[in-house]
Amino acid sequence: MIKHALHAARRAFSPGLRCFSEASGGEISEDVFERAGSPRLTKQASLYVHWPYCLRRCSYCNFNKYIPRENNDPMMTECLQRETETLLQLSQVSCITSVFFGGGTPSLAHPSTIAAVLESVSRRAYLSDKAEVTLEVNPTPVGKSKLEDYCRAGVNRFSIGVQSLQDGDLKILGRDHSPHQALQTVEEARRLCPGRVSVDVMFGRPKQSAESWENELSELLRVCDDHVSLYQLTLERGTQLFKQVLGGEVTMPAEDVTAEMYQCARRTLHQHGFLQYEVSNFARHKAVSHHNTSYWKGRQYIGVGPGAHGRFVPRGEGGVVREARTQTLEPDVWIREVQQRGHGTRRRIQLSHLELLEEVLVMGMRMSKGINHKHWELFSPQLGLHEVFGTSNDIQELLQSGQLILDDRGLRCSWDGLALLDSILPALLVMLERQISQRD
Amino acid sequence: MSFSLVKRWCETPLIRRVLQFKVYRRKIQSYNMTYTLLRHRWMKRLPVFSSSSMVSTQTDKDTIDLSKFPVDRIRNFCIIAHIDHGKSTLADRLLEMTGAIATTDKNKQVLDKLQVERERGITVKAQTATLIYSHQGQQYLLNLIDTPGHVDFSYEVSRSISACQGVLLIVDANQGIQAQTVANFYLAFEAQLAIIPVINKIDLKNADPERVETQIEKVFDIPREECIRISAKLGTNVDKVLQAVVDRIPAPMASTDDPFKALVFDSNFDHYRGVVANIAVFGGRVKKGDRIVSAYLGKTYEVNELGLLRPHEHPTQKLFAGQVGYIIAGMKDVKEAQIGDTLYLQEQPVEALPGFKPAKAMVFAGMYPMDQSEYQGLRSAIERLTLNDSSVTVQRDSSMALGAGWRLGFLGLLHMEVFNQRLEQEYNASVIVTAPTVPYKAVLSSPKLIKEHGSEEITIVNPAQFPDRSVVSEYLEPMVLGTILSPDTYTGKIMTLCLNRRGIQKNMVYIDDQRVMMKYLFPLNEIVVDFYDLLKSLSSGYASFDYENAGYQAADLIKMNILLNGQPVEELITIVHRGRAYSTGKAMCERLKDSIPRQMFEVAVQASIGSKVIARETIKAYRKNVLAKCYGGDITRKMKLLKKQAEGKKKMRRIGNVEVPKDAFINVLKRKDK
Repeated sequence: MIKHALHAARRAFSPGLRCFSEASGGEISEDVFERAGSPRLTKQASLYVHWPYCLRRCSYCNFNKYIPRENNDPMMTECLQRETETLLQLSQVSCITSVFFGGGTPSLAHPSTIAAVLESVSRRAYLSDKAEVTLEVNPTPVGKSKLEDYCRAGVNRFSIGVQSLQDGDLKILGRDHSPHQALQTVEEARRLCPGRVSVDVMFGRPKQSAESWENELSELLRVCDDHVSLYQLTLERGTQLFKQVLGGEVTMPAEDVTAEMYQCARRTLHQHGFLQYEVSNFARHKAVSHHNTSYWKGRQYIGVGPGAHGRFVPRGEGGVVREARTQTLEPDVWIREVQQRGHGTRRRIQLSHLELLEEVLVMGMRMSKGINHKHWELFSPQLGLHEVFGTSNDIQELLQSGQLILDDRGLRCSWDGLALLDSILPALLVMLERQISQRD
Repeated sequence: MSFSLVKRWCETPLIRRVLQFKVYRRKIQSYNMTYTLLRHRWMKRLPVFSSSSMVSTQTDKDTIDLSKFPVDRIRNFCIIAHIDHGKSTLADRLLEMTGAIATTDKNKQVLDKLQVERERGITVKAQTATLIYSHQGQQYLLNLIDTPGHVDFSYEVSRSISACQGVLLIVDANQGIQAQTVANFYLAFEAQLAIIPVINKIDLKNADPERVETQIEKVFDIPREECIRISAKLGTNVDKVLQAVVDRIPAPMASTDDPFKALVFDSNFDHYRGVVANIAVFGGRVKKGDRIVSAYLGKTYEVNELGLLRPHEHPTQKLFAGQVGYIIAGMKDVKEAQIGDTLYLQEQPVEALPGFKPAKAMVFAGMYPMDQSEYQGLRSAIERLTLNDSSVTVQRDSSMALGAGWRLGFLGLLHMEVFNQRLEQEYNASVIVTAPTVPYKAVLSSPKLIKEHGSEEITIVNPAQFPDRSVVSEYLEPMVLGTILSPDTYTGKIMTLCLNRRGIQKNMVYIDDQRVMMKYLFPLNEIVVDFYDLLKSLSSGYASFDYENAGYQAADLIKMNILLNGQPVEELITIVHRGRAYSTGKAMCERLKDSIPRQMFEVAVQASIGSKVIARETIKAYRKNVLAKCYGGDITRKMKLLKKQAEGKKKMRRIGNVEVPKDAFINVLKRKDK
């Protein structure tokens, strides 16, 4: 408790407060951003913090994660703090709008690590105490027991990796929790952060049928909070599952079956009052993830930790162009680099105007509301959505077939179109490139 | 002097080698197939018989006085064999034993200069080497004219043969007579050459020279006593081969007293020196500085350099009647050294030698650059390669899917493969090769069209130009006579395969108690794609196959369209035999289905004849195509993927509303990977 109070106090007196007054709360009001001109974009960012360690390897995961050889938590904590400060300084943002602790398994980190990073943020920028601070949680008894301490450290939203409510499936996926433990963890998280708990579930699992998925989803809806993320299990090269499928030990459901699962989930969630606000994300009572929404809206973000990605303008060194930045992957190397230089940025690529717009387009179209005219204008003041996309035959066909909508609100997919987004995007990208290169 | 031969089927025991016959006629059982083999006749002289010999080790590179070699001490011969029976190894040994090259372990396929030749163990381009051999105190000039082993290259073989009086027919002591052995034998036999059968690889564990001798006796009617058993690898009995060359092969009929007269039997192009022509001197002599005339063009040239090929160019002062060598005379273009042309001295005109029938393309394939930006590079590579292989016909072509390219005509399948491989290896060009097609013919019935084309019979190389049935009295397709040799355990399977390929059996003979030789008449189209691979696999690699052209026959041909959602695809129009339309159409639809990505709507892939659909595949619409997770860390990867798709989209060919990647056409049009 004392720690929490201390932390809150530090936030309250953060110097950032003075330089950013509009964003009064953690909830990002669209108007604030949409009204803000382009320079405004560079004054704030969200923060992603990557915890690279896992206890074990899940059979489907090809993410950047490591099984730790020894306990180097204190070192890790120190370096995460150091890099946070360095990159905040470099970006010169005055306000951090949200923080997300992802991994790896960030619920393996000690709550004090989370507190320490948040303190570092507050030292360099304004972090409202209402700002969304999410932590990914592995629903094991250990994870569950730490939830309260995480809250005290400043976390106010949990994203719980339930994945499945079938015991056998969890084993195939290589998860270290049981369905029962998952439900208990969700319950505890809801007690601590009511209305701010998300559950992750996975479909298209080995041997899964559309019918069993429907039942599982109903079961989940009885216990979940106001946010659900649905992911189709994708077979990634180099994973154990990939080998098993290749070797014929495990069979994956056919494309048509997974398509049916997806549509079924969309219908079911809709019936339960969940609005789909993005391809894989559903919320009721407006409980959307602000952090993730800011990715889809093309906002700046700073990535801290091994392998983390960022997109921001390094104004601290006089930069004016947004950069795509990647941190060093291997934790040990990253630690060394942070100790030596204050950060472990391995790659920086300046995004051209076209590349920036491409990202804005690709990410924006994932939202069911799509890209409205104001949102687009923020990045492309000269060339409106109608001018870019209104003239092409390819796009006309998509509009006529009812998969795409371009109207006075903006550009977005229809309900049917959203499921086919990756077939629509290439046509949009071709057109965008053509229009931009004509202007240049 | 030329003479025509009527070719007949091999009926065993059939052939009496009657070398003194000038004209040799053989009847074909069921139909007549006539072709002309032009041959330059050098009257045979009685060979010098002797028993003892001595192998010379002359390495004198500086001066060879060719006047010391009168015609009766010259022998011109070539080696013919089935692939891998050891032709090149024997050539290496002969070169070593006569001192043309040093004896080391490193001499492997010395005459096979091309990478493709070494890799495939075949000879593509004829090479010539003059050996100096001492025999009973006399020095002989032995001209070894190395020939390609495959009948696809028989134009090369017959060119070489025209400069020879004898051949070494090599047969593997383990494998025995194979299809190409038979084909090569006939070429030599019909040219009335002295044939020396050589049984190679007697050092192998499973060698059975007795059995091979029986086969030779039965199939070729050559007495077994004439066979020489050797191991080219170890050098065993190779000296006997040299003796036999001197003893059994007649000297060329030519006289130094006649006016100079030479046949151009091969030519190469050298960037620095121009054309290097290989010639056989039929009469008189020629020296540096002589002014010579090409009978074909009537142009006069001055001889800059001439000499022997040992196998490398070895300049000499003169070349005399009966000898074989090279000549450089300031010809700038390969077309100036027409193969089959006659050269003579400016002041002493002679009657031209009959020359060669130009080789006729029998297999056509489209060749396109991988990327249109590589068009110029590919063009110059093809030009350079055809400089040294005039048998390839080149026609500009273009396809809506594949862009600008060429339709090339080859003498056969192997010829095509070798050409591709050389393009890739020697010119580093990557090409898309379409499935091979054959030249069909149509006999026109409409007087108007006949007038338009200037003839009643037209050849159709591009399927898009296939004339409609209503204006045609009949279609013709090219036929080949195939020879298959196989152990008799596979006979059943092979007969089924041949039957499926519309083959008609002409003959079947046991060449010994286990091996059978079958002759089939096939439409060329049926063997052009994968016949050989299937034959090899169903016989565990034991069957061998070769073919020769056998004219045209009437055939029930139809034009098949491929439709995508009802829209015809021009580049996939195929001419097909009515009986094979369904299976071909189905296979094409299946390949297209596998290579066109799912779209947002259903796509019908159909094969049709006229308005009738004969095969159909359906590409189902995408029901879901969207990446599940896309957050901050995923953007870079996702963008890369989408940009690639967007780039791919730009290159797609649109047929109606269907987007077809170039790969899809390539997958359908190209030959299957081996």
